[in-house]
Amino acid sequence: MDWLYLAVMTLVGVVFVLGGFFLSRLLAPDHPENVKNSAYECGEVPYGSAWVRFNVGYYIFALLFLVFEVEVLFLFPWAVVLREIGPLALVEGVIFLLILVFGLVFAWRKGYLVWH
Amino acid sequence: MNNFIYKTDSMVEWLTNWLQQHLHNPLLVEIVKMLVGAGVLAGFVSVLAMVLIYIERKVAAHMQQRLGPMRVGPHGIFQTVADSIKLLTKECITPQDVDRFVFNLAPLVCFVAAFVSLSFIPFAPRIQAVNFNVGILFILGISSLGVFGILAAGWASNNKWSLLGAMRAGAQIISYELSAVLALLAILIFAGTLDFKEIVESQRNGWWIWRAHGIGIVAFLIYTIASTAECNRTPFDIVEGESELTAGFHTEYSAIKFAMFFLAEFINVFLVCAISATVFFGGWMPFHIGDMTALNGIFDLVPPFVWFFGKVFALVFVVMWFRWTFPRLRVDQLMRFEWKYLMPLALINLGVGAVLAAYGGFFFNKF
Repeated sequence: MDWLYLAVMTLVGVVFVLGGFFLSRLLAPDHPENVKNSAYECGEVPYGSAWVRFNVGYYIFALLFLVFEVEVLFLFPWAVVLREIGPLALVEGVIFLLILVFGLVFAWRKGYLVWH
Repeated sequence: MNNFIYKTDSMVEWLTNWLQQHLHNPLLVEIVKMLVGAGVLAGFVSVLAMVLIYIERKVAAHMQQRLGPMRVGPHGIFQTVADSIKLLTKECITPQDVDRFVFNLAPLVCFVAAFVSLSFIPFAPRIQAVNFNVGILFILGISSLGVFGILAAGWASNNKWSLLGAMRAGAQIISYELSAVLALLAILIFAGTLDFKEIVESQRNGWWIWRAHGIGIVAFLIYTIASTAECNRTPFDIVEGESELTAGFHTEYSAIKFAMFFLAEFINVFLVCAISATVFFGGWMPFHIGDMTALNGIFDLVPPFVWFFGKVFALVFVVMWFRWTFPRLRVDQLMRFEWKYLMPLALINLGVGAVLAAYGGFFFNKF
């Protein structure tokens, strides 16, 4: 039943946005022209396509994020039961955390954490 | 009726009973309840955004010894209403050569991600649209979907500023996400649950920020910094640094589509402050100290939703305060700060918290 609530919330959110768009289409003027519709480059005539190559550094950080986020995700069930299980869970959790820290130290030593 | 202010749970009971008397189909009752909840929340976010924008402008103004908006209504309180009408009636320009479908989809994704996340927040006892037993995991997941909207906006706009702004935003949001999650985890160890309702209940004898032996304070500071960065707010606003990127990922957006991004941003500010208030400051739970019944009784006189909104708006004020206090970080400083300082600190904090929790070391041990 809670999933249905979530679905209704999503639906209402979508309707809210589309309703806004619709209302704007009803109320707002619409006079497209060439200069108005060109991409904004601070008054200059746009030069070339905007789909340019960008810094590879973003890709490295995305990869690093993926590794850590997945590992953090595994920590959630551990965090919930830690107090019930006690020291044994602590040892296991710390081993897992050390692997996480090892990954961080590895990336650090290799210089991946420096923005180029 | 007066009692309803304190007992929002009985208000929900009353509504359910009333609906059951008039609609005999139980499924219909549920559906009406859902629509009421969703409708109230939709109205709430519209008003919330207006109020937050007004507060933002007034806080900014007074920190710079200006008056801020003063013309529309007494002390300019209708300024944002006028602005919303203006945004609604402005021409919505779709530049040529954009990827039209993705261009229109992006504000929708941003807004819906923020809006749905808000439905997990417990505003008062039983005033919570969606209650999952893994609520906090869900809210982190859904609110992170917003970054897709930002990347889509930047990519679809066919504008160099937009693309650069979106890439910066993506890198920044995902990086600071890690610290935020690790900081929350440190408290979840103590609370022992992912359910928002139970997290609030677990703070009946004191809020986690100080019950957790210093871990709480460190985690709160880390979360505040990381969540400010996740909302792309100053000092972490290189995403839309005006002097270099005009407006970042929403450069090409105008009128209602821009308004949706703006709305999503302010909902996100409210959202991270609400999560922070719920996890660290006990949500709607009044200020309680262990066994001091007399003192606790006095604080109980204040209705729960006043506690909740008081805490959230105090935190929102701090985030706005940041904006006029700290200069903007450079992109390499931003990355270094997260990966070399904030995240190791969050990991250490989590480790120490785990040791303390496993041996049952925290204040006011009784539940």
